[in-house]
Amino acid sequence: MSLTREEVEKVSLLGRLQLTSAELDLMTAQMGQIVAYVESLAELNTADVEPMAHALDVSNVFASDELRPSLERAAALANAPHHDREFYLVPAVLGE
Amino acid sequence: MSLVRLSATELLAQLTAGQITSVHLTEAYLGQIKRHDPQVKAFLRVDTQRALDRAAEIDKRRREGRPLGRLAGLPVAIKDLLCTQGEPTTCASRILENFKPPYDATVIARLKAADAVLIGKTNMDEFAMGGSTENSAFQKTANPWDLERIPGGSSGGSAACVAAGMAPMSVGSDTGGSIRQPAGLCGVTGLKPTYGRVSRYGLVAFASSLDQIGPLARTAEDTALLLEVLAGHDPLDSTSVDLPVPKYSATVKQPLKNLRLGLVREHFGEGLDGEVEAAVRQAVAVYESLGATIKDISLPHGKYGVATYYIIAPCEASSNLARYDGVHYGHRTDEKKMAAAIAAQRSTLEAAGKHVEAEALDNPLVRMYRQSRAEGFGPEVKRRIMLGTYALSAGYYDAYYLKALKVRRLIRRDYDQAFGQVDLIAGPVTATTAFKLGEKVDDPLAMYLVDLYTVSANLAGIGGIAFPCGFSEGGLPIGLQLQAPPFEEERLLRAACMFQRATDWHQRWPSMVPA
Repeated sequence: MSLTREEVEKVSLLGRLQLTSAELDLMTAQMGQIVAYVESLAELNTADVEPMAHALDVSNVFASDELRPSLERAAALANAPHHDREFYLVPAVLGE
Repeated sequence: MSLVRLSATELLAQLTAGQITSVHLTEAYLGQIKRHDPQVKAFLRVDTQRALDRAAEIDKRRREGRPLGRLAGLPVAIKDLLCTQGEPTTCASRILENFKPPYDATVIARLKAADAVLIGKTNMDEFAMGGSTENSAFQKTANPWDLERIPGGSSGGSAACVAAGMAPMSVGSDTGGSIRQPAGLCGVTGLKPTYGRVSRYGLVAFASSLDQIGPLARTAEDTALLLEVLAGHDPLDSTSVDLPVPKYSATVKQPLKNLRLGLVREHFGEGLDGEVEAAVRQAVAVYESLGATIKDISLPHGKYGVATYYIIAPCEASSNLARYDGVHYGHRTDEKKMAAAIAAQRSTLEAAGKHVEAEALDNPLVRMYRQSRAEGFGPEVKRRIMLGTYALSAGYYDAYYLKALKVRRLIRRDYDQAFGQVDLIAGPVTATTAFKLGEKVDDPLAMYLVDLYTVSANLAGIGGIAFPCGFSEGGLPIGLQLQAPPFEEERLLRAACMFQRATDWHQRWPSMVPA
């Protein structure tokens, strides 16, 4: 199955990436090639196979319920591109 | 002999005996970096002053007879995806160019507690995505054996610096072969531990069910020493396993008796370079001469490893990398320019009477996300985010992601069956020796297929080790890979050490390393 440019453009919105027109063309071709390759998995019958999301058979790892110091606000904000010492700042979403 | 040619174990003995100081040793490695790293480009940052200060402090404590850690005074290089508090940790990405983590990764804390001298951060493929270190946003690392060739990747800087005598040991990470493959291509020893053996806390995540941190060094003995420091349970990583850490360095020299070595018949098929095959078969003959029995085995689903990996890894990556949003940390696009561009686009559309299109323009927040990420990520990272987002999107989840998880189970079952018959699996690390810089950059799929022999171990969660077992006629290292059942790192190290005591491939050096 080959991907269309429109599909790739839609995925770029879902993946929060702005792609140029040239990037969209190249991405469409390259993703098509890679997707065609990974489709080789379809030839395997996996009807009775349990999916394996993780290599370890561990579940329910609990942490003890006790207070521990966490990151100070100043340290948490230190790498933010835009903040007011209290909050992270983002461009206005609603109205101007 | 030049200090930089000695093994970490030997250097540690000399430090302990007071024959050398850590300052003297650190200066020797810094000198080698100064002379040759402008060509090799293994390091993104060399912490000259800090390393020397640290070395001096350890020397002082040694003179005063105070207690010292396991690696006291030994320089160690770190792949630049392990968080070092207050120090840049870039992942070789523009998006993290100015990022200074507020905490240390657990393995960094362990190295500091062991009194290692952290000498610098090494180059890598951006976010560990790649097999040649050419995907770094900052520089391309060269293979010390041939500067026109790639060192492998993604831990290319960590492998190259050890090969070039710029550090006795380094730390890398392996998601699909990123320790073993560069170790093989640079002629050093590199171990990918079992998933869960080493804490991933503070490792910048790529594919969380596959990522594992591990050691690179000159010898199996040195690798054992470093793994002993890195490994162990960590309450901060719930996937790190609460099992005792064996004294790898105490047992590494004990040869394995009645070793049963499996050769995977599918590994010796089409695509395997003749010189690589010959070296691997000779290495197997060495084991035979040391008393091992060789068995022919099959991993029938191994040929689906790359396809399975290139669904699962991008899916996990697309989710993990969603955190780079230009808000909490990392690069953000210039907001003024962005706002002006949106306004211009809108007025053009309105003027043309395209009101629906004007309304459909991304809002400023979404545009900020998309543009920041577009500016911050390189092409391979974008490709993987796109692939993962696509494979996880509505209508495709079952056909791709769920299917891949099922094949992953089949791959693991193959290993479980194989390890019922053999103790270790031996084979090539890569199908060829190091290729030329630029040779595969325009063909992502060809680059992915370089991982053929290494990805399955990550999917199954088992450990593997790579070390030199020969050289091509052109003078390039050839690696042997051993794979073991879960948590049998000790077996891997002892088997590698057995081989290294019988051969001297691991003692060869490229010409840039002084005799």
